[in-house]
Amino acid sequence: MLGKLNWDAIPYQQPIPMAAAAFIVVMVLGVVGLVSWKGWWPYLWREWLTSVDHKRIGVMYVLLALVLLLRGFIDAIMMRSQLAVAAGGAQGYLPPEHYDQIFTAHGTIMIFFMAMPFVVGLMNFVVPLQLGVRDVAFPVLNAVSFWLTASGALLVNVSLVVGEFARTGWLAYPPLSELQFSPGVGVDYYLWALQISGVGTLLAGINMVTTILKLRAPGMTYMRMPVFCWTALASSLLIVAAFPILTATFGMLLLDRYAGMHFFTNDGGGNCMLYVNLIWAWGHPEVYILILPAFGVFSEVIATFSGKQLFGYRSMVLATMAICVLSFMVWLHHFFTMGAGADVNAIFGIMSMIIAIPTGVKLFNWIFTIYRGRLRFEVPILWALGFMVTFVIGGLTGVLLAVPPADFVLHNSLFLVAHFHNVIIGGVLFGAMAGYNYWFPKAFGFTLDKRLGVISFWCWLVGFYLAFLPLYALGLLGMTRRMQHYADLSWQPYLVVAEVGALVIFAGIIATIAQLVVSIRTRASRRDRSGDPWHGRTLEWSTTSPPPAYNFAVLPEVESVDAFWAMKQRGSAAPPQRYESIEVPQNSANGFVTAFFAVLTGFALIWHIWWMAIFGVACAVATLLAFGWTERTEVQVSGEQLAEAERARQRLLNSA
Amino acid sequence: MSAHAGIAGPAPVRIVVAYGFWIFLLSDIILFSALFATYAVLSGQTAGGPSGRELFELRHVGVETLCLLFSSYTCGLGVLAIERRRLQGFYLSFALTFVLGAAFLGLELSEFVGLIARGAGPSRSAFLSAFFSLVGLHGAHVSAGLVWMSFMVAQTAVRGPRDFVRRRLLCFSLFWHALDIIWVALLTLVYLLGAR
Repeated sequence: MLGKLNWDAIPYQQPIPMAAAAFIVVMVLGVVGLVSWKGWWPYLWREWLTSVDHKRIGVMYVLLALVLLLRGFIDAIMMRSQLAVAAGGAQGYLPPEHYDQIFTAHGTIMIFFMAMPFVVGLMNFVVPLQLGVRDVAFPVLNAVSFWLTASGALLVNVSLVVGEFARTGWLAYPPLSELQFSPGVGVDYYLWALQISGVGTLLAGINMVTTILKLRAPGMTYMRMPVFCWTALASSLLIVAAFPILTATFGMLLLDRYAGMHFFTNDGGGNCMLYVNLIWAWGHPEVYILILPAFGVFSEVIATFSGKQLFGYRSMVLATMAICVLSFMVWLHHFFTMGAGADVNAIFGIMSMIIAIPTGVKLFNWIFTIYRGRLRFEVPILWALGFMVTFVIGGLTGVLLAVPPADFVLHNSLFLVAHFHNVIIGGVLFGAMAGYNYWFPKAFGFTLDKRLGVISFWCWLVGFYLAFLPLYALGLLGMTRRMQHYADLSWQPYLVVAEVGALVIFAGIIATIAQLVVSIRTRASRRDRSGDPWHGRTLEWSTTSPPPAYNFAVLPEVESVDAFWAMKQRGSAAPPQRYESIEVPQNSANGFVTAFFAVLTGFALIWHIWWMAIFGVACAVATLLAFGWTERTEVQVSGEQLAEAERARQRLLNSA
Repeated sequence: MSAHAGIAGPAPVRIVVAYGFWIFLLSDIILFSALFATYAVLSGQTAGGPSGRELFELRHVGVETLCLLFSSYTCGLGVLAIERRRLQGFYLSFALTFVLGAAFLGLELSEFVGLIARGAGPSRSAFLSAFFSLVGLHGAHVSAGLVWMSFMVAQTAVRGPRDFVRRRLLCFSLFWHALDIIWVALLTLVYLLGAR
């Protein structure tokens, strides 16, 4: 009746997961209780859960990312604490089977459920506003994408309480991840969670590509698009081209595990290195899916806070698209040790180094933008400056790792771990935080507290160096990754410093939360009436903060790059005599309902509860058909309503 | 309009929908390409079991191919008919498309059942895992297409050839033609090269 599921699935005898589970359950019940007590359910359902507004969906993506950042960080600090004590004969407090789950969960959550939702959320919120249009190409599909991503995140967290998570590392290499060596449900949790969220990401990518290529304000030619839109386009193209490979690869591993096939098994002619090739054919583009939008954020932030047009716009666009193409030609550098031969390794080594050229172009463009600019040291530019220094170090160690002989020494060492944290924290996370601080006033109509924002930045920056520079040294000393304890006592001082670094980063996270809480409490005094708190250059700043559901009463006319800056230079044009009525899409529960059945189906498949899986799939298909049957109705916003809203906006502007 | 440099603003819905669906189809083709690559790597790994040369019957596959290609032709006729509001022609074409698609699927299933009966099922060897998954994924797409087709015929009957119905029919026909393109690659790489 319930497949493999029984009471033994709950880890009673392990205090740490039980405490974590109790904490999560209390938190969830607390939130549910508060919402019920305050009677917020109708509001929540109407304005958020069923919203198809790209801005609301973007905000929900970022919120998901911030919550999962906490979960992933708790995993990180547990690992650092374990390694700070587990030297010599000491075994630490985490047994190996638990430690293995933690590093797997940390990597999986941070990449798929922190970094991805963060950048997708920023793209969702910003791109239609920057393009000067009213929504993405497919608003309902957008909601479906978000809710599928959230479903995956939910399944990963369910594994904490019910059953176990994978012990395979974040990419679940076979043969370890095959049934023979991982008979439990951990790998199945991993696979189904990522299959569901992967479909969500693919749909989001398709939506974004279509939006950018087909929906732009009048006059917005390609070479007038803000650089963030260019990077969002490149990133979304990579999603469309790479995520199907992930789906196919996981699908084959699932067939191995569920149907006894032999794609990657040791016997029956299977080939585990095929999996490694396929997963990195997705995995390398994936890191550019994450970093390119971050580059876009930095381009916007640096231009805005330097008070100058971005230096070398055309070269920036060219560099972005060059990285987009090159990212598909380097996957083998993740496993030079496979033994493909000197010729193959040399080609992939050289291709990897070539990526440093367009990246270098970008860095010089940012430096030249700042040169002779008038820098305003607001929080977003601090993250950008911290990025420019930190990312260069990560890039240099990356070029070092791209040399195959060096890689043979450093492969799977902590040097590698330090390298990719250097580029992902120093690049993606700093970019996400810059974007969060930069666009928050646009999303909510008030600015974030600057003092706490500065504290958060410095904690992250200092904490990062303290946590990861020792890991470079340890890698050179010969320490490999994924070790639960170690015999060499001379490594311990480095790992204690790394633990201190993790604690400093924790202080940074606390500061970020405090910044949010304090800013909400003092929002009345930090209201952004102008809609343009940073003296921005692009169209998102030309509308109110927060923007109305339809973004723009009249679509802006674009005549150059930095369209809003040019409008401000010309002086504001007279408001139109009359407003055309417009249509905005109606709310839809499609995303939420689909996600509900996706979670049900995923859970049933993980635990081999076949009747429930069939029921879940049938309901999901029925949902799809039911929503397909009803013709979508749009809500009319009349010209008079628009005119009234615009007059209110003008009053607000005058009071600013 | 020179200030607009040819960009008059957002494209009309019909263009946006068809364009977005094309992007989806491209992603679907990439999904298949991962399985094609896998098949290319694993096609020699028979683990002592039967190889393609012993298993594939080109006559059977030839009939399958004819069914699928003709179904695309009738699907195209159906879309032309609906654009001209000729409902009779549309229903006839789509009925033929459905029958041909179902025939294709039936032939594929009979091939699979025959192979499994001979002990050449998907868990026999890496080659057969790759074969069943690649061909089966295409078959799953055809099955989904049959469900979608039935749904669209019902929707056309109830709602008439309205704008949103015709947009969806356009997407469906793109989908159905894309399955042909994939089948042609599959026929060549799996059956024709494998049966040599």
